[in-house]
Amino acid sequence: MATDSLLDRSRTIAGPGFNRWLIPPAALAIHLAIGQAYAFSVFKKPMGALISGNVDAPAPADWTPAQLGVIFSIAIVLLGLSAAVFGKWLERVGPRKAMLASALCFSGGFFIGALGVHLHSIWLVYFGYGFVGGIGLGIGYISPVSTLIKWFPDRPGVATGMAIMGFGGGAMIGSPLAVALMDHYKASAPMGVAPTFLTMGLIYLLFMLFGVFTIRVPAEGWKPEGYVPPTTANAMITTHNVDADTAIKTPQFWLLWVVLCMNVTAGIGVLETASPLIQETFSDKSMGAGLGVTAAAAAGFVGLLSLFNLLGRFFWSSASDKIGRKPTYMIYFGLGIVLYALVPTLAASASLSLFVIVSCVILSMYGGGFATIPAYLRDLFGTMQVGAIHGRLLTAWSTAGVLGPLIVNFLHESQKSKGLTGAAAYQTVFYTMAGLLVIGFLANLLVKAVDARYHVKEAAAPKVAA
Amino acid sequence: METKTNSTPEAAASSSSLQVALAWVYVGVPLLWGVSQTFIKALALFK
Repeated sequence: MATDSLLDRSRTIAGPGFNRWLIPPAALAIHLAIGQAYAFSVFKKPMGALISGNVDAPAPADWTPAQLGVIFSIAIVLLGLSAAVFGKWLERVGPRKAMLASALCFSGGFFIGALGVHLHSIWLVYFGYGFVGGIGLGIGYISPVSTLIKWFPDRPGVATGMAIMGFGGGAMIGSPLAVALMDHYKASAPMGVAPTFLTMGLIYLLFMLFGVFTIRVPAEGWKPEGYVPPTTANAMITTHNVDADTAIKTPQFWLLWVVLCMNVTAGIGVLETASPLIQETFSDKSMGAGLGVTAAAAAGFVGLLSLFNLLGRFFWSSASDKIGRKPTYMIYFGLGIVLYALVPTLAASASLSLFVIVSCVILSMYGGGFATIPAYLRDLFGTMQVGAIHGRLLTAWSTAGVLGPLIVNFLHESQKSKGLTGAAAYQTVFYTMAGLLVIGFLANLLVKAVDARYHVKEAAAPKVAA
Repeated sequence: METKTNSTPEAAASSSSLQVALAWVYVGVPLLWGVSQTFIKALALFK
């Protein structure tokens, strides 16, 4: 079949003169689309009022916030699981087929979700946006990463930072786009949600197809012009390869799993509390009449954190090419411990500007943690199956996605039940997050070069990703 | 010489700087729009 051959790995091998700077936009086309998942909360209020038609007065038969929260949780859990399960398949079939699968699943999730909204069936929405869409997220997230690393052996951190920055940027596009579409369709369907899902599914499908047909893998033995692989010995950057099944048997894999899980859990602690914390801490009562942080300003603060999350992905990942992966994570954790522990003090002393600056730096390192991990994996395990190994490591993200909000909500509620209010009610949250960063710091400290017994013997190396 | 040849009719086509520029515009415009929307929202914090 013609379509099959067009998707084959052999048809994606770049010819002479191919410009490798076409690869980052191809990767961005996927990540900017699937990053929409982080803007799903924009649908929660309208979807909770499909029957009543009034977001402030939902009908008894309307979906509850708890029911709607499950949609995102399913999607994030499926992201990690599908990345882990389909990683080796991706390495075998190549990025184009995987990116197409991601585009079909992600847009298909919107289409099934639209039917679920139309029929008012929450289970269909769970299956569509959550399950099918979640698979699209997982495959899409890892599909361009190993290709980028192979095209940019001279600066893998820059390359993966650009793509993973797109995931952060996806929410910034998805949120205002959804709001505009729901406003446009609100007269023709309940809250305009179902047609918005259909339209977004179509837009994202077309957008992602650009990436599908632009992506290329380098020919065997290709190197960037003038690039000479480092000849000086650096034990933390291997010239060997470890396959995905063997990688998960190494302590390095599990240490990095802990590193990612702790960094993400702590970051979620800030993201979850950002809006209520700034409003409760810097209220009119503590700052003076008319000087407190309003709900609109708090939303602006969350927006600012998103910007730093995005910028951190590119900045820190690029910096790691210069200073090394392990020292970069030492900064995330070392500086992170100090800053997290400082937040309650800054909040208590009503230093709004310092509080904002510290929060922004924290979020930049949260984003940086995501973007630097593929290059860290490449350094330790080689390029052969780095996509599959990365996919398996992303189960740490799924775990943190469940763990983070649970810890934050539990600690905050228990402090409130003791009668603590404002900044005091969040103090334990931030100290606990600093404690998690200590665990991450120690895990990173223990990371050493992978033992030679795990390396693939050159003659036995399977012919996978070019 | 930047690449080693292993061409197919499809892949043999060389990519020009124009293609690269257009590809970046394709992804850059929506990204910049999203960033600008977020930045405008963030300005509320400084009012």
